[in-house]
Amino acid sequence: MHASQGEVPEAAQKGLKTTLRKQNLFLSCQCLPEHDMTVSLPDAQGLDTRAVIASREMLNHNVMRLLLRPESGFACEPGQFISLINGDGLARSYSVANNPVRDGVIELHIRLLKGGMMSDFLREEAAPGETVTVRGPAGNCFYVSDDGRDYPIVLAGTGTGLAPLYGIVKQALAMGHNGAIQLFHGALHSNDLYLVEELLALAAGHAPLRYTPCVLHDAPGSLPGPFYVQGNIEDVVLSALPSDKAPARLFLCGAPEFVNALKRKAFLAGLASRHIFADAFLPSKPMPAAA
Amino acid sequence: MTTLYDRLGGAEAVNAAVDIFYRKVLADDRVNGFFDNTDMDRQIAKQKAFLTMAFGGPNKYTGKDMRTGHKHLVARGLNDSHVDAIIELLGSTLKELGAAPADIAQVAAIAESVRNDVLNR
Repeated sequence: MHASQGEVPEAAQKGLKTTLRKQNLFLSCQCLPEHDMTVSLPDAQGLDTRAVIASREMLNHNVMRLLLRPESGFACEPGQFISLINGDGLARSYSVANNPVRDGVIELHIRLLKGGMMSDFLREEAAPGETVTVRGPAGNCFYVSDDGRDYPIVLAGTGTGLAPLYGIVKQALAMGHNGAIQLFHGALHSNDLYLVEELLALAAGHAPLRYTPCVLHDAPGSLPGPFYVQGNIEDVVLSALPSDKAPARLFLCGAPEFVNALKRKAFLAGLASRHIFADAFLPSKPMPAAA
Repeated sequence: MTTLYDRLGGAEAVNAAVDIFYRKVLADDRVNGFFDNTDMDRQIAKQKAFLTMAFGGPNKYTGKDMRTGHKHLVARGLNDSHVDAIIELLGSTLKELGAAPADIAQVAAIAESVRNDVLNR
């Protein structure tokens, strides 16, 4: 359950992942309240916030950066996800790529699909100034510094799976994380990568951070190397796991096959299950054609 | 007198054992076929419940849970040899954690006690 007010007894959070504890989630069967508590089912906590579209910008040939300015207080951890709902009630989930409390805006990276309903709306109708609804946040893929700031962090994402990882990396750096941070971004072709220059600059300015773009296929005529590694991101990440596996945290976001396969392989390679945070992006189901 | 669960180290021991045990299960070709396509986080939670029970700790498992929980696996060929393998992996996990041989035998006996429920007979 979720506690919106009151102190959660330690025993009621025993065994939960740190990211769940930080959201005030607890086990009701283990909870003997010591003071008054206000509680709700975890699903019922997501409140709607109205937000105004601040800007749209293409980051590569099909990824749009959408900035939303919430009309009222909106708090979330970078890396959690929200549902974006337009005026017609059309809803899609996207990860938050920044810290909205610090920046005053919510940053989303959205892959535009041909014929996608939300994609069409964003391309054609969602002009700056339009109002949308934001529901959430939800998810437990985010940075916590409860266990110190020295543990190694590995983050790997495919496609717009970079969005939550970008948010987590910036948050870790802002919190003064000391341990090594390795960010891997997987793409089919080099022109599917995005934010390359920003990330190279971020890594150049922050000693703990290393950024490795991975490209599966080299398309002739695309951006020239050598800033990326050619190969399967799964293999690249597995060969780069830190030697000190016990404290290492792994964040995985993107295509479900990639996330689930790497989750299992990293676990078998020795990472602790409670230190693996994964967000598999499920494709939205195509709507049946109107009769 | 301390209980088996206390001697093994209680909830902390379960937390320490679950990754070692589940890693062994996933790496063992005799049994890992039953764990394909399963959500790892949900599996870890179930393994924790199982280990808590096997370690003699507080648990809410009933014979009925064991039966319904494994019925679809029995249909896929789950048999005595697989239960044997799991009990063996449980033993090697505890050995790795430094448990006493007598305690390991007691854990095996608890796991053994649910064999017929797991195999739905």
